[in-house]
This record gives sequence, C-alpha cells and structure tokens, in this order.
Amino acid sequence: MVRPVNKKERQLPFLLLGPALLLMALIVAYPLLQALRLSLFQVSLLKPDAAQFVGMDNYRSLLKDPLFLRSVLNSVMWILGSVSLQFTVGMLGALILNKDFPGRGLVRGLSLIPWATSGVLVALMWTWMLDGNYGVLNDILVKLNIIGQYQPWLAMPTSLGGVIAANVWQGAPFFAVMLLAAIQGVPLELYEAAYIDGANKFNQFWRITVPLIMPTIMITTMLRIIWTANYMDLVLVMTGGGPGQASITLPVLAYITAYERLRVGQGTAMAVLQALMLMVALSLYLKLLQGKEEGGFII
Amino acid sequence: MNSPALIRKWKGCLFLWIPVLLWLTFILFPYGWMLITSLKPPHELYTSPIKYLPSVYTFEGYRLLLETTDFPRFFANSLVVVAGTLLITGVFATSAAYCFSRINFRGKGKFFGLFLATQMFPAVLLVFSLFFIMRKLGILNTRLALIIAHSTFSLPFTTWLLTGFFNAIPRELDEAAIIDGASRWQTFWHVLAPLAAPGLIAGLTYVFIYSWNEFVYALTFTADISARTLPVGLHTFMGEYIIRWDLLTAGGVLTGLPIVVFFMLVQRYLVQGLTAGAVKG
Repeated sequence: MVRPVNKKERQLPFLLLGPALLLMALIVAYPLLQALRLSLFQVSLLKPDAAQFVGMDNYRSLLKDPLFLRSVLNSVMWILGSVSLQFTVGMLGALILNKDFPGRGLVRGLSLIPWATSGVLVALMWTWMLDGNYGVLNDILVKLNIIGQYQPWLAMPTSLGGVIAANVWQGAPFFAVMLLAAIQGVPLELYEAAYIDGANKFNQFWRITVPLIMPTIMITTMLRIIWTANYMDLVLVMTGGGPGQASITLPVLAYITAYERLRVGQGTAMAVLQALMLMVALSLYLKLLQGKEEGGFII
Repeated sequence: MNSPALIRKWKGCLFLWIPVLLWLTFILFPYGWMLITSLKPPHELYTSPIKYLPSVYTFEGYRLLLETTDFPRFFANSLVVVAGTLLITGVFATSAAYCFSRINFRGKGKFFGLFLATQMFPAVLLVFSLFFIMRKLGILNTRLALIIAHSTFSLPFTTWLLTGFFNAIPRELDEAAIIDGASRWQTFWHVLAPLAAPGLIAGLTYVFIYSWNEFVYALTFTADISARTLPVGLHTFMGEYIIRWDLLTAGGVLTGLPIVVFFMLVQRYLVQGLTAGAVKG
C-alpha cells in the first residue's frame, strides 16, 4: 500500500496504543516495581507512611517459616490435583461433545457456564453441597455406598480436596471446549485411513487424536497452570485456608498475611517468591516443550 | 424381525445419550441444586435425611434478600462497575487491536508480548501496591477504583482476542476503501467494525464476565456497601448469614442469572474467539 508517510501517520500507533499503555504502566508496571520495594519493608496496610526498611529480612524469615513451606506444598497439590483432574474430565467432555447429536451446539454452550461463573458463586454452591450436615453430595455418596456416613468435607484436614473438587467443576469445561476445537481440526481422512488399516477406536485416539492435538494440550495446560497457581477465590471463600492451615495455598497465605495480619511487606515477599517460582516452573515447561516439538506453535 | 439393527440402535443410544446426560448433570447440577434450595421453605433445608424437592415452592428467600439486605445495592454497584469497565476496555482494546493488526511500527512484536506478559502476574502481587496507589489518589472504596482495575486487567486478553479477529479480515478490503477515498476512521467504522462484530461481541462478553465475577481487587479496595460488588457482597453474606442458606442461594441465583442469560445469547461468538487463538496458535 503506497501511502505518504507524514508526521500524523507516524504518530498514529502511539495515539492508538497510548491509553492502553498508560493504564498498563500505571496499574501494572508501577505497582510491580512498588511491590518489589514493599517486600523489603515492614509496613502495615493501615499506615503506609510508617514503613520501615528491613532489607531481605522478610525473605529470610519466610524460608524458616514452616507455614510458608506448608503453603508451598499445598500449592503444588492444588495445582497438580486441579489441573490433572480438569484435564481428564475436560477430555472426557470433549470426546462426548465431539459426537454428533441433535442439540450439540446448545450442550456445548451450556458446558462453558461453570467457566463463566464467579469464583465466589462457585464457592457458595459447593460449600452448600459439601455441607457436613445437609450437603447433598454427602447424601448421594452415602446412597451410592461410597462413604458410610456424612463427612464435614471442608472442616477436615483434607479440606483442600473439597476445594479442588469445586475447582475441577469450574475449570474442566474450559479444557473441554479447547480440546473439542482441536479434535475437530483433525482431518477425518486420517481416521478413515486408520480404520481401513484395522485400528480400533482406542488406537485411533492414542495414535492420531492425541499426537495431533498435542500443541493445544500443551498450551491449554500451561495457561491453566498459571491461572490455577494464582487463583485464590475458592480457597479464600470456602475454607479461608483452614481448618487450621490445612488448605492454605501460597497466594492465600500471602493475601491473609498482608490483608488480615496487616503485614504487607511479608505478604508481598511471598507473592514475589510465588511469581519467581512460577516463572522457573514455566520456563522448564517451555524447554521441555521445545525439546519435544520442532515448531513455533507457541505465540 | 431385524433384532441386530434394534440392538445396534439401543447400543447407540446407550453410548451416546448416557454420557451426554452425565456430562450435562455434571455441568448443571450445582446450579440446579442452588435454584431448588432457594425455592424451599427454610425449615425444609435442614432435614435429615435430605428432602430433595420442596413441598411448596416459595419466593420468601428472594423477598427477604431484596427487602432486608444490602443485596440490591451490591447489584447496582456491580452494574455500574461492569458498565464503566465495558466502556473503557471496549474503546482502548479496540484501538490497540486495530493498531496491532493494521499498522506497522517498530517494536510491534515486543509491545504485543508486553501486553500479554501482564497476564502472568498474580493479583496478590499487585493488589497491595495498588491499594496504596488508590489511597493516594483518594479513590479507595469507590466504584471508580474497581473500574480502573478491571479495565486494566481485562485489556490484554480482550486486545489479543480482537487482534485475532481483525487479522482474519483481508487487508485488501481496507485498501479498496482507502483507494475509494475513505479516511482511516471511515475504513474502520464502515469496513472493519461490521466484519469484526462477532469479535467485538466476544471481547465485550469476556469483559462483562471478568468484571462481574472479579473478587480479589473488589474485596481489597472496598470497605463498605458504597462500592462493594456482588462477589464481595456474597462473601460477606456467607460470613453473616451462616445458617441462612435460603437467602444465600437466592443471592447466588440472582448473581448467576445475568451471566448465564447474557452468556447463552452470545456464547457462539465467544467459543469461536476463545478457540480460534488456541488452535491456530
């Protein structure tokens, strides 16, 4: 396209991107730097002017804090448990939705409803369903003879499991719809060829579908890991990290430390460590990915 | 009789409809149970064994919720915050996406990457420095603070979504319009915007969902009912009305309803937008 490059035209990108960049700078970049600084101070949420410089003390005390280690372990369980189960359930959902039946578009639309539901609302529904005295899931599980008597799911040492169940419900549909789109992109001729060669459904799935949708699996899983690692609405609302500290994850501990115990410096130090650990984990994941796949399907 | 055909038909039903029904139950059961609970008379919520269906349906919980609690206020706050966020993100993301899609400038790739990188940072890392910033600006405990935060954090994904939609429209169309003497603005408004309408709908739906549901910033930046949105309101209710599940579930239904209705209207575009990027990569 031949176009006279005048001054106005050259300024256009800045004009168009300007507002967005300004917001990003003010609301993301500046607070990010500010957070790194805050993590070196002892500061209360209520009296930011009385901040006291303590250097690396916040970090040093964390590494000795058993509660911090507990929260890291819980976070690992939270991420692995949630994402692996979301993936499994999501894959089953995708295979179901991939069949041809009347009303499939509607069912696919309904499938995303949990994903579009507020975390607090998910927490509310599941807290009620998991209630120790009147929870409907207790009743169903007893009737199916899976458990002998009602369990106070969110008041037990294993309460994180109850929260993971809610998270699986909320997150599996996202996987299902993403995987479904990828599955539908696999050329049908491949299945026909395999069928002629005598491959059964199971082999077709493992030898054709899975390898061909691997890029989507990898990238969707990565997005889910980032999201789940940082996600704290469910734990905050369903258990508040309890009973005791049984279900406390790293971002929840960081939030409670800063917001309820008002120790902002220490809470922010935890958040910084969380971001660093996530970055290391993701770069390992990306390395692994690049080793396996030749090609630039990422971004 | 052709019994093998009949058996095949039954088998087809079994392997198709049972999984579909199981999947639908999994998806809809929590919502269904919340809806039923909200319509039960209070004493029928706490029975042993559990009574699945109410003897009479009642809207008492809804009446109490709307008349005796701050729920209507939370609802109004949520609407205001969502509307403000839609406006800001809508305009900013559209112009940024147009820029990424249609204008070549130095460092474009880097800027785009920067946009997406902001999605990586956990809310808990930014929320307290933002708290101090909002405090300095004197907008703590206002809906404006939430509009600013929600706009910023929904911008990158919306921009990415829209850029994809704009990129899918052939550049030749713009060029033809420009040769015909249209200005950039006219080209955008009369050529690109109508073609990218599904993308705009998808983007704005995402913004609606994000802002309506957002919890951590809303919880931290608000202190009383003057700015609290629905998620924060529900959260405080869960502390205050611990044994009033009739009220809580009524609030849940009313919170979920707008999202579900809105979502069902436009889900086709959203699914298209979400999956296009992930699959093409």
